[in-house]
Amino acid sequence: MFNYDQYLRLNKFPLIWCSGCGDGIVLKSMLRAIHKLGINKDEMCMVSGIGCSSRLTGYVDFNTLHTTHGRALTFATGIKMANPKLHVVVVTGDGDATAIGGNHYIHAARRNIDITVILFNNFIYGMTGGQVSPTTPKGKRASTAPYGNFENAFNISGLAQAAGASYVARATVYNAVQLEKYIQRAIEKKGFSLVEVLSPCPTAYGRRNREGTPVDMILHQKENSIPVSKAESMTPEELEGKIITGVLVDTERPECRTEYQRLIDHLKEEK
Amino acid sequence: MQEEKNIRVLTGNEACAEGALAAGMRFYAGYPITPSSEVAEVLAVELPKIGGVFIQMEDEIASIGAIIGGSLAGVKSMTATSGPGFSLMQENIGFAAMAEVPCVIVNVMRGGPSTGLPTLPAQGDVMQARWGTHGDHPIIALAPFSVAETFALTVRAFNLSEKYRTPVILLLDEIIGHVNEKVNMPDTTALEIIDRIPPAVAPDKYLPYEHTECGVPPMASFGQGYRFHVTGLAHDETGFPTNSGREIGRLIERLHRKIEQNRDDIVEVDAFMMDDAETALVSFGSTARSARHAVRLAREAGKKVGLLRLKTLWPFADKEIRAYAGQIKNWVVAEMNLGQMAHEVEWALAGAAPVKRLNKVDGDPISPAEILQALPE
Ligand SMILES: Cc1ncc(C[n+]2csc(CCOP(=O)(O)OP(=O)(O)O)c2C)c(N)n1
Ligand code: SF4
Repeated sequence: MFNYDQYLRLNKFPLIWCSGCGDGIVLKSMLRAIHKLGINKDEMCMVSGIGCSSRLTGYVDFNTLHTTHGRALTFATGIKMANPKLHVVVVTGDGDATAIGGNHYIHAARRNIDITVILFNNFIYGMTGGQVSPTTPKGKRASTAPYGNFENAFNISGLAQAAGASYVARATVYNAVQLEKYIQRAIEKKGFSLVEVLSPCPTAYGRRNREGTPVDMILHQKENSIPVSKAESMTPEELEGKIITGVLVDTERPECRTEYQRLIDHLKEEK
Repeated sequence: MQEEKNIRVLTGNEACAEGALAAGMRFYAGYPITPSSEVAEVLAVELPKIGGVFIQMEDEIASIGAIIGGSLAGVKSMTATSGPGFSLMQENIGFAAMAEVPCVIVNVMRGGPSTGLPTLPAQGDVMQARWGTHGDHPIIALAPFSVAETFALTVRAFNLSEKYRTPVILLLDEIIGHVNEKVNMPDTTALEIIDRIPPAVAPDKYLPYEHTECGVPPMASFGQGYRFHVTGLAHDETGFPTNSGREIGRLIERLHRKIEQNRDDIVEVDAFMMDDAETALVSFGSTARSARHAVRLAREAGKKVGLLRLKTLWPFADKEIRAYAGQIKNWVVAEMNLGQMAHEVEWALAGAAPVKRLNKVDGDPISPAEILQALPE
């Protein structure tokens, strides 16, 4: 059995998360990934915004920063630029990262700054009680979409890819082994990396959309997941309502802080 | 022996950048906006040369987020902006106040509201500097009246910010930001530079929000082995969120106490020809230049006029003003807004003498002649 306790602030338990919330599975996968990488706790800096998922930073024994709604990436950018030795991981929700924080999200990816984002996508604003989010699928209900969402949803992995991220992977909490692997790879990656995790919110989303028990929601993930390799040969109609999982981007691009260091070194030589 | 002088001609914005570097600032994040952009432009050249960080962010919200992050990583950090950008920064200024993260926010004031007067001077952000973010929070704001003083007060802004673990706002106005003046550059090796106090205890004993007697808890940086938690939620001494009314009350009380009980250290007022004055002007920033000139002219005409010039706007210099309550028969407050500071002066005096307001908001500076006219007969 993996010893999670070594990374947890157990005196801050119980967690605020509802029973059946997917976020705990992400937390555990993340800790296993960090452990495999052998990262010293003092060198790990975890930054979050505001939301249920963002409360994670209070429970893990790293340098932790719980910022303002949507702004985690801006604080994280400051930390990484000021101290590139720190591993910087951002924990954020779909609303936090892509609604209020959307601008920072695309710019962090564009800069390709060496930050790992673990984005808990539950299709809803959990913390504030189930309002519609930029990732709520069309037709699904939220407290502020009582007749079903009439807007189009974001493909947030695609957004990071288009903006210039070095590594993008999508996973579900059903496949926690895969999730752990992706997080490990994302932290290892020099550059902006995103792991989008579909994490069910039975309380604010599932109940309202009659998706059954937390277990039903996770089984639904299992039944509807399609690996990227397979999805490539499928038509958009066939992919309707499916979850495309796997590594979507894994590439090498110049990283922001490294490039800045080159500038510093270059100016030093000139002197 | 004659002292060797290092005279340079600088604008206020340039002096601000130079002062920040002299204070040990090594992290700048900002977003361009007139009339502040020269601060960023100087630092974009200088910071990489000395291993510091310069980064232009995607907006002002990102800029203040980044400097708070930079400061938590242990580097003295700053941003510069003007009205619209200062408005965008407000939420995270509150975060810095709540989480006690030292940082300096320069606001080169221009006319508002909204996009207002991008290239014209104003002093309309006095109250925003005090109350721009939500909730009861402490703040320090300084306002220089010359290029040389901009250098000095920028250094001071960093010193106060580090000493009291608080955001400090430096309010320039467009005139101070853009005017060229001779500055006798101080010997930077002789400047008093204050750094945050690091914890003196082992990590397992460290309380990042300890209710110390002086009100200021020691501050560790991320990556130093302390692994503390920082949040904008109300928190206890350990830094973790709390719902305990007692703990919340203690926190907010201490945040205010650390500034209030040290207000004598923070508040600076320049009394000019006040000793025998019967009429006093109160002013700050570029308007205080006109006011000083007006005092000289009035004195030439045999009138007993003096000037109380506020170098610290917040906390307000109420005590320093009240000290003249028995002596001064008439007060005149000159400012390029509709009376934001005059209110405070009236409060401080509590009716001891009449307070006349001289206000202007049309983008034109207040002239010495206008001030002379405003003086009582
Ligand atoms: C500036 C600001 N606006 C609104 C809020 C209220 N708020 C808190 S969390 C949240 C949404 C969180 O949703 P998401 O990011 O998807 O995270 P989840 O709770 O679902 O994990 C909102 C709107 C806030 N805290 N700050
Ligand atoms: S409201 Fe939803 S996202 Fe928030 S803790 Fe409960 S289940 Fe999880």
